[in-house]
Amino acid sequence: MEASDGPRDPGTEPGSAAAERGGVLPPTHSRVTLRVNDTEHVLELDHRTTLLDLLREHLALTGSKKGCDQGQCGACTVLLDGRRVNSCLLLAVCQEGREVVTVEGLAEATVADGGLHPLQQAFLDRDALQCGYCTPGQLCSAVGMLEEAKSGQPSVVTDTERPGDAPVQLTVEEIRERLSGNLCRCGAYPHIVEAVQEVVVRDMAAREVTA
Amino acid sequence: MKPMTYVRARSVEEAAAAHAGRPDARYLAGGTNLVDLMKLGVERPELLVDITRLPLDRVEELPDGGLRIGATVPNSDLAGHPVVRERYPVLSQALLSGASGQLRNVATTAGNLLQRTRCAYFQDLGKPCNKRVPGSGCGALEGVNRDHAVLGHSEHCVATHPSDLAVALAALDAVVEMAGPGGGRTVELTEFHRLPQDSPDQDTVIRPGELITGVLLPALPTGALSRYRKARDRASYAFALASVAAVVQLDGGVVRQIGVAFGGLAHRPWRARRTEAALLGSRATPEALAQAVDAELAAAVPLRDNAYKVSLARDLAREVLGSLIARS
Repeated sequence: MEASDGPRDPGTEPGSAAAERGGVLPPTHSRVTLRVNDTEHVLELDHRTTLLDLLREHLALTGSKKGCDQGQCGACTVLLDGRRVNSCLLLAVCQEGREVVTVEGLAEATVADGGLHPLQQAFLDRDALQCGYCTPGQLCSAVGMLEEAKSGQPSVVTDTERPGDAPVQLTVEEIRERLSGNLCRCGAYPHIVEAVQEVVVRDMAAREVTA
Repeated sequence: MKPMTYVRARSVEEAAAAHAGRPDARYLAGGTNLVDLMKLGVERPELLVDITRLPLDRVEELPDGGLRIGATVPNSDLAGHPVVRERYPVLSQALLSGASGQLRNVATTAGNLLQRTRCAYFQDLGKPCNKRVPGSGCGALEGVNRDHAVLGHSEHCVATHPSDLAVALAALDAVVEMAGPGGGRTVELTEFHRLPQDSPDQDTVIRPGELITGVLLPALPTGALSRYRKARDRASYAFALASVAAVVQLDGGVVRQIGVAFGGLAHRPWRARRTEAALLGSRATPEALAQAVDAELAAAVPLRDNAYKVSLARDLAREVLGSLIARS
């Protein structure tokens, strides 16, 4: 492989003839293929690029927020192969072949008519935000969390000796513990918990109807 | 961050070969600590060897009733594993007391053991730190040291190991399995992390280029009970000020097996051998239990800001051991 001193070999700019031929990249860059909100993307990336920067700077999906950039605030939370993760701590080059859903994709991913995801609607109805900066992360985290609880994943306030994969009942204590990785400096926590609870209760009612 | 090259390894052999002879290389698994340290400039690798696609992501039951935990099993999967919850609740509880849901989905078993201290002086390039730059001094020794060690520290380093998982594994007599240039080997978890002495830059006994491939958990005797309890500054999502992991098995009111380890107190998970020796083979009355815990913590040498850790750890250990013995 040919080495290059520059940040990017001009011959491999996206859309260039070299890129179309699968041109040579500098050793500090790689070509990465991944799906974001149901669309496949092929990108040539510096290995230092985080998944968060890929979303915001390369795909203009600025819903995912850069709060602390250290994995402490949760504002960058997205779903990676269905699991909630902090996108600021993941290098994009490692995500080859993975499936990402951001806050922009929540509605499309789960609602056939293109309306809001039930959690998004509940956040609006319950006024579960003030400045809104943490909201995309809160939403993606809550979507991932609801799936975890449904699959029986315990939290530290769950009885860990309770048997296996029965869905965990999401009490207020469970919701607060499970969403502790998402900080809200406005302190909208009481309404955030109410909004999540509303979706939990509605889900349970829906399941009882179909059962 | 420095520009770097990247290799996605497909086998342990390929990973080891890519890393061999490259002191500037780092294995990358979940990256929840390494990527953070790269942003801070504490870690400056020029080559990343991605080990997330290696076939090390399974939890296997062993014929003797123990478990083999693959190096890249995510913390959340391990905490939720039915066998772990049934037989090793202390392990599940320790994992779930650490980090957040997002981090546990990514952070791995081996990465958890190899994570670096959260000492603020270690993370701040503008401060002296013998762990980051050997010979530069220790900013925490006479600095803000409320979160630091009370046991086993030295004049060179007073940092603590931040893991919850490792504390449970220490109490459970776990064994770390490694592959490397010199072949495979195993080390008991209690011997895996080091005390700082005069070389705090070495957190563990791992050798250059070695890769953790798994952790072995021995079977527990029938009737063994275990528990983890952690004290921290907020209700969730914070590192331990002090924590305790304990495993006990009683027979006719007599302690037949016991493992106790403290977290948040030292440069490594602190196995409380004196407490264990005092209680093994005895009827653990509340008085005997209190004395046994004090026997371990008598060795504590608090720093200016952290004398509270000794009484905090004492109360945690007495409560956890008392509750396990009462349930036996």
